[in-house]
Amino acid sequence: MDFTFSEDQLLFQDSVRGFLVNEITPERLRAGWDTETGRDPALWQQLAELGLTGLTVPEEHGGLGMNAVDFVLLAQECGYVALPEPLVNHALVAVPLLEDLGGELAARWLPLAATGEARVVAAVEQNLVVEDAHVADLLLLERDGQWYALEQGQFSCERNESVDPGRRLFSVAVPAGATVVAGGAQARILRSATLNRGALGCAAQALGLAQRMIDLSVQYTADRKQFGKPIGSFQAVKHHMANVAVRLEYAKAPVHRAAYAAAEDAAAAGLAVAQAKLMACEAANLAAKNSIQVHGAMGYTWEVDLHIFMKKAWALANTWGDAGWHKQQVAEVIFADGAALGAGATFQ
Amino acid sequence: MQLAFTEQQQAFRSEIRTWLKANVPAEPLRTFDTEEGFQQHREWEATLNQGRWGMVTWPEALGGRGCDLIEWLIFEEEYYRAGAPLRVNQNGIFLLGPTLMEYGTEEQKARFLPAMAEGRDIWAQGWSEPGAGSDMAAIRSTAQRKGDKYIINGQKTWSTRAVWADWLFGMFRTDPESERHRGLTFILVPLKTPGITVRPIPQLDGLPGFAEIFFDNVEVDVSNRLGEEGAGWAVAMATAGFERGLMLRSPARFQETARRLVELYRANEASVSHDPQVREAVMRAYLDAESYCLSTYQTACRLSQGGKIGAESSTNKIFWSELDQNMHATAMSILGARAELLPHAPAASGVGHWLDGWLFSQSGPIYAGTNEIQRNIIAERMLGMPR
Repeated sequence: MDFTFSEDQLLFQDSVRGFLVNEITPERLRAGWDTETGRDPALWQQLAELGLTGLTVPEEHGGLGMNAVDFVLLAQECGYVALPEPLVNHALVAVPLLEDLGGELAARWLPLAATGEARVVAAVEQNLVVEDAHVADLLLLERDGQWYALEQGQFSCERNESVDPGRRLFSVAVPAGATVVAGGAQARILRSATLNRGALGCAAQALGLAQRMIDLSVQYTADRKQFGKPIGSFQAVKHHMANVAVRLEYAKAPVHRAAYAAAEDAAAAGLAVAQAKLMACEAANLAAKNSIQVHGAMGYTWEVDLHIFMKKAWALANTWGDAGWHKQQVAEVIFADGAALGAGATFQ
Repeated sequence: MQLAFTEQQQAFRSEIRTWLKANVPAEPLRTFDTEEGFQQHREWEATLNQGRWGMVTWPEALGGRGCDLIEWLIFEEEYYRAGAPLRVNQNGIFLLGPTLMEYGTEEQKARFLPAMAEGRDIWAQGWSEPGAGSDMAAIRSTAQRKGDKYIINGQKTWSTRAVWADWLFGMFRTDPESERHRGLTFILVPLKTPGITVRPIPQLDGLPGFAEIFFDNVEVDVSNRLGEEGAGWAVAMATAGFERGLMLRSPARFQETARRLVELYRANEASVSHDPQVREAVMRAYLDAESYCLSTYQTACRLSQGGKIGAESSTNKIFWSELDQNMHATAMSILGARAELLPHAPAASGVGHWLDGWLFSQSGPIYAGTNEIQRNIIAERMLGMPR
């Protein structure tokens, strides 16, 4: 039993955090809202140079051969800065899917994914809209129980504007005659694994988003003075933030466990991921609710940065399976006859 | 990261499982808030000790098994799974015991630890006073040094298990000029000493689970002092430290409550179907209990690799106490009109012990530092908000 991250994993998290916090400033995020794609090829190139685009690509295809446990802490950091580039989908969701699909498709695209020359994006039926379809060099799309591999230019996308101006969402139509790369039972297995990884990515980012909202609120309530004191010294304000800290603290281990389950392909990954996504997204939603409250009227403005993270948290809570979908996954397990519950069942 | 138990850990699990199966009383003991039940639980402590299962985290030389935190969690899982009796001496074993090992003299260890382990000495805590609750540094009970004695005067209150306990550990002001955290001394007091009056306080269930204690010129030998004179606050903080907090409220207890709640819900599914919130609350109980378990394992692993406990440990008490309250509130909703009935009432079919648990869960957010105090600690020490 070793529920810790290695020193290397923690050091990598530190260095990625340092890079992201320096580079992905709120000013830069805001500038991206007004550009045509909302995405920055130069930034993507930098992420590739850090080894992030190839992190999960097998070594024989030029990557680092790492897995969801290695990536989960980095996904948290992506959440902390509200990274707009499709790195979490690419590395945590699409690349493992591409590897599972195998064959010529994988042999051709994995090396390009590793170097960052190709951005690969995956989406399943549950995704009403496809994030970042407009910049995907390869889009792996599941529709009606079949998987398609669509190259940029082979499909049309129609933009759906989100409340979060950092998100670029598209309705994608599968073109007539597109080649099916997986169907039947294999397609269902791939959908389930892909949905799990997508939801895990949301959960990990939600942890980072919640932490960012706490940090912004702690800073704001230390600076803002009323009645001659920082408002953060008032218990009513403190307790709002303490409540967020409690829920966030207990959402972390479930996310890390879900990453382990996803990496090991454990049979219980669906339950672990559903638990992680519910716990983490609820923590992030509470962070949003209490953070806007302690920001007062400033929190309701476009000018203060809080909304960048708040809106992303709201969006992630209902993407890659909404809360109801994940609750259903939990209910099916725990209300079944002979369910393994209670003391000692967690790691069995 | 490797989330599986080693063969050694699995063997440990099956060893304790086998022993508990053979030794846990078939008939549940009476509550230790009755005199008869207290005696039964004292005997159970002796039985546990004979099997060397009483203080598994203590060193082998002291009758323990030197278990690490993971083995401790496994032990607790099997203990709760087996429905074994509650620990009447948990104040002693998990709070005072480790503090004695750290601060006690060899003579004190030899004098107190074996008797504690065998259930001969049951310990009560003496922290709170009428004027010192959340503000523990406001302690006013005094211990005046006279030769090789301390003369204790004052009053302690909310002292759990003190009605039938043998000893009390607590803090007294030895320096009358001192204020707040300074000038306090940690002293071990035999409750049968002349000058001590123990007045039972009936709890929410009507039973005397705690007591107030009056000290009228009570003479205690200086050799009963733990740590240096005036260093009581530091000794007490060690007692309240996280690892012991973790040991007092291991996840297994809440996971078993969540499991029983799922069973209760399924047994009453038809009658509660009109209230969809109940299903949600049952699921929430499962999720939170599992998350508490996962977090505890993650912390235990980090500590066993030399990690340090940080201020985030203050989140622990809020999480489990609110979870416990929520789970029991949900059980009350499921039981509906039966919820208020005592278990022996004629119409109380299938109510189990949920009502007792519900009453007890009301104390969780209050004792061991109210949840409001915990929230202040989280905000100031973990998040760095201004005082």
